[in-house]
Formats: sequence, C-alpha cells, structure tokens
Amino acid sequence: MSAPAHALLLDRGGLRRRRRFNRLVEAAATAAALLAVAVLLIVVGSVLVKGAGALSLHFLTTPMALFGEPGGGISNAIAGSAIMVALAAAMAIPVGLLVAIYTTEFAPRRFGHAVGFALDVLNGVPTIVTGIFVFGLLVAGRQQSGFAASVALAIVMLPIVARTGQEVLALVPGTLKEAAHALGIARWRTTLRVTVPTAAGGLITGALLAVARVAGETAPLILLSSIFGQGVLTDPRQALASIPIFIFRSSEAPSPEAHTQAWAAALVLIAVVLVLNVIARVLYARSRSKMGAR
Amino acid sequence: MEAGTVTHPVLRFRRNLSDRVGDRLLRGLSGLAAAVAILAIGGILYEVARLAGPAISHFGLGFVTTNDWNPVSQRFGAAPFLYGTAVTALIALLLAGPLSIAISIYLTELAPRRLRRPVATLVDMLAAIPSVVLGLWGILVLGPFMHDTIEPALKSAFGFLPIFSGEPSAFGYLTAAFVLTIMATPIVTSVVREIFETVPGELKEGAYALGATRSEMVRMVILPYSRTGIVGAVILGLGRAIGEAIAVAQVIGGATGINISLFHTGGTLAAQIAAQFQGTTSALQKASLAYLGLILLVFTVLVNAVARWIVRRGAPREVRMTLTEAEAVP
Repeated sequence: MSAPAHALLLDRGGLRRRRRFNRLVEAAATAAALLAVAVLLIVVGSVLVKGAGALSLHFLTTPMALFGEPGGGISNAIAGSAIMVALAAAMAIPVGLLVAIYTTEFAPRRFGHAVGFALDVLNGVPTIVTGIFVFGLLVAGRQQSGFAASVALAIVMLPIVARTGQEVLALVPGTLKEAAHALGIARWRTTLRVTVPTAAGGLITGALLAVARVAGETAPLILLSSIFGQGVLTDPRQALASIPIFIFRSSEAPSPEAHTQAWAAALVLIAVVLVLNVIARVLYARSRSKMGAR
Repeated sequence: MEAGTVTHPVLRFRRNLSDRVGDRLLRGLSGLAAAVAILAIGGILYEVARLAGPAISHFGLGFVTTNDWNPVSQRFGAAPFLYGTAVTALIALLLAGPLSIAISIYLTELAPRRLRRPVATLVDMLAAIPSVVLGLWGILVLGPFMHDTIEPALKSAFGFLPIFSGEPSAFGYLTAAFVLTIMATPIVTSVVREIFETVPGELKEGAYALGATRSEMVRMVILPYSRTGIVGAVILGLGRAIGEAIAVAQVIGGATGINISLFHTGGTLAAQIAAQFQGTTSALQKASLAYLGLILLVFTVLVNAVARWIVRRGAPREVRMTLTEAEAVP
C-alpha cells in the first residue's frame, strides 16, 4: 500500500487541483449526511403534517368502520396491538434475559459463542418467514389468533433482548461479583441480586428497543392476525386488530379518506416508536457510564 | 441477611437447601432458554420446509427457474421473485454502500465535535421507522415523485439503456429499491462508522505528515484499513434488504413476471408472500409461497453467516462486537 500511496502524493502534483478534489470529496460526504437527515425529516414531517389533521380523540376512541364505510377510528387496533405486544414481551423478555444470563454466567466459552451466533442468525431471519413458521405451528388447520401473532413477535424480540442483555451483563464489573462470592453468597443470589440489578438500565434498554421494534412489525400479523371481527376485541384466542395492519390496509385502499386515516395511525405508531427509542437511548447511555464503559 | 454465614469457617457446608436448588435451577432454566434459541433456527427451517413440502414434491428444483406464477393454471415458479429480489437489493446496496461510507467519513472526520452525536443519532433513528410507515410514505409521497421527476429524468438521460426504458410509474422495482436504500443505509452506516473509529490515529497522522489532503488520507489509510469490515457491513445490509416484505409489497406493484425496465412493476420473494398468503386459492399455491419462504430463509441465513465470517476474519475485535450489536442496538 505504501509505495503507490507515496507515488500518489508525489506524482499528483498540482496542489491546487488536489485541494479542489479534496473539497469536492468533503462536500459530497457532508451532502450524504445531510441527505440522510433530510430523508428522516421528510418522512417524519410527512406523517406529522398529513396525520395531525385527522388525529382526534374520536379517532383514538372509536373502533374501525365496516369495510368500505367512511369514518371510524383505531381504538380496536390500539387495544389489539397493546395486547399482542404485551403478550410477546411477557414471553420474550424473561427468556431473552435467561439466555443472556446463561451465556455470561454459566456457559462454556465455545457454547456461548454458538448461542451468540444462533441469536444473530435468528435476528437475520426475515419476519415474514417467522410468520410462516408460526402459521404452520399454530394457525394451519385452525384459525388465526392474537396469541399466534404474539408468539411470532416474541421470536422477533428474543435476539434483541438477549443480545443487549449479553452485552450489558458482560459490562458488570467482575469485582462486584467477586465481592459477593467472597461473602459466601450463592451464585444464583449473586446473579439475581447483584449482577442483574447493576445492569438493570441496560437490560431495560434492550427490552424497550425490542418492544419498539415489534410495535411496528407488520409481516407476521398479516399471516397470523389479520381477519378479525368488529369492535374492540380483547381475547387473544381470536384474531385481533392492530395498528400496523390498519396502516397497511388503509395505505393500499384507493380512497383519499383511507389514506388520511393511514397517516393518522402512522403518526400514533411513529410517536410511540420514537419515544421508546429515545428513552432506551438515554437509559443505555446512563447505564454504560454508570458501569464505567467508554 | 447472609452475614451470619460469612464468619463461619467452612462455608461450603453451610450452603443451605435453597442455595443448592437455586443454583441448579438458574443454571438449568437459563441453559434451557439458550437451547431454545439454538433449536428455534432448526425449528423454523423444519416447519417452513414442511409447509413447502407439497410444492417441493410437485415442482422439484425446477421451481427456482420457472418464470411463471399462475393460480389459474396452477403453475408456480420463483424466478420472477428471485429476479425482483436480486435487482432491488442490488440497487439498494449500490446506493446504500457509498452513501454509508460518505456519511461515516462525515461523522468521523468532518463533522464538528458537537454535531457528531446528534447527527449519528438522527441517522440511526431512520432505522427505527416501522417499515409499514415507510411503505405508506413510499406509496403516497415517494411514488408520485418517482413517477413525475426521477424516472422521467433518468429516461431522458439514459433512456437508451433498456433498464431505463418504458413508461415511468409510481410503483415498481426502482421505487422499491429506493425504499430499501432508506432502510439499509442506517444499518450499514452504524457498522461502517464504528469501523472508521477504530482506525489508529497514528496512521492518519502519518498520511497527513506526508502531505496528504483529507480525501487522500481517506483513500490511503481509512478505506484500505476498513475494507473487510465495509464488505461485512454491506452484506449485513443485503440481508435486511432481501428479507423486507411489507414496505416492498406496498410499493413494488405486485406483478408476477420478469421485466427489464426498472420502472416496471414486479415482485420479490418476501413481498409476494406478504401479498398473497392470505388470499391463496389452492393448497398448492400456499405451499408454493412457503417454498418462496424457504428459499428466502436459506438465502438470508447464508448471507448473515457470510457477513459475520468475513468480519470475524479481518476486522479488529471491537468491530466484531459492533457487527453483532448493529441490529440489536440501533
């Protein structure tokens, strides 16, 4: 590398030309960063501008109208989304935390790596394929259900919770654990009373990010919970309405009224997701600095 | 409360029942959870293959090269969707790769220190936008813009190329590729940025001492040093682009043929499943969709494994960590 690089400097001559080229590269890099930020602002701005008008208390507290009829709101979609995401969190967070505890506290090195790799692969599985998997497991030959959807969402959440869990548990200072061991405290007590509480901020971050991620997840819901009855339903043994499915349906409908409703629902969804992300980031930064990393 | 045991000379013998049970229980439970995580991959593969079974035995491997998707004649093939997936993902990465490198150069070398954090956070936030919302935006904002501005401009400049021939349209391969670019860029950027941050300052200073301008320093030091990591990051973005179902289903138009023009409507593996799974008219059609899912699953698992293998071989240690975190902690 060094010889051609050296030659590059000598042969290129023309300092003015090199400076001009440099300025061009710098401008391009700056423009790229501006473009990314601009796209974010345009997308969020579109949702805000077009959704705010249709957003009202009525919209939030009225169930969806019958297909093809105007009006209606998203109260049943909010209820359904909340139930399915809560169920998924109740399944994925404890399991994900246990996976993280196992790999950081108990696993032999090799096996720990294998689990990490499996989590990465699981994280890379397209969510629509996760949907097919749960469809075959719980829906095929039966009917759609909110529970089936929440199982799929839990599978999407699991690697996120477990991966962040592994990372923050590994940051807990070894001296804390050694102090507990020296006091003769059993390992399970050390883990649950010392290690986990110390890392609590980071663990909550992982859970919040996972919730934010699945709150907007649509693909598995199409397969698992998209044919639902009228009104606000709360029994997860039936298919439940959800905000993402509402947006998806309304976005594909031809009428401008449906599009306006889609924007309003998107505003609700994006507000939830961005707020969760911001809280998660703040907690994460605080938890890292508390444990003296970076 | 355990203070009493501390002073005792032989701690081992004081371990009470709850501690013996507790230790075993926690180890056993957490080990079980880890085993579930590993077995889940196999379970998914098995179940999707089982659902695809009828289509696999009916069409065999010829399914992959069959350029047809006809529920009436019951002839199904993956070729149109393999083509659509390859084209959209390829364009998305051709755009997202250079963009991510440029953004990362800005964030690590150019931006004023005060701006680095906030700009990096905003770029990351792009990854947090739910795909269905991006798809909605794609249908109602990006689509018309493609139809009215971008595609006519491409057509008048490069219309002699077959890929830019044909009528501009709001929905199609190119619109889908742009949406995928928006989704892949923050993911690739977060990895590339961390790689750039690991480039030793001495090397950069060495380049400057030789009289290099900043752009020459980037070319001589940062890019060669980070090459492997960049490849890994881009492949990671590829995995995401291939697997996206909803946003693509919303903007690609849902055609079931192969079209050379990028303006034309088409389909991808993931989008086709999302669009048709609920409305299948025959068991064979459902099995064929599962077959598409199986192909998609095999591809994404391979792509992810390769990305991690490449980075494990060539990148500095911290970057290996970053790569696994990139998707988990946006």
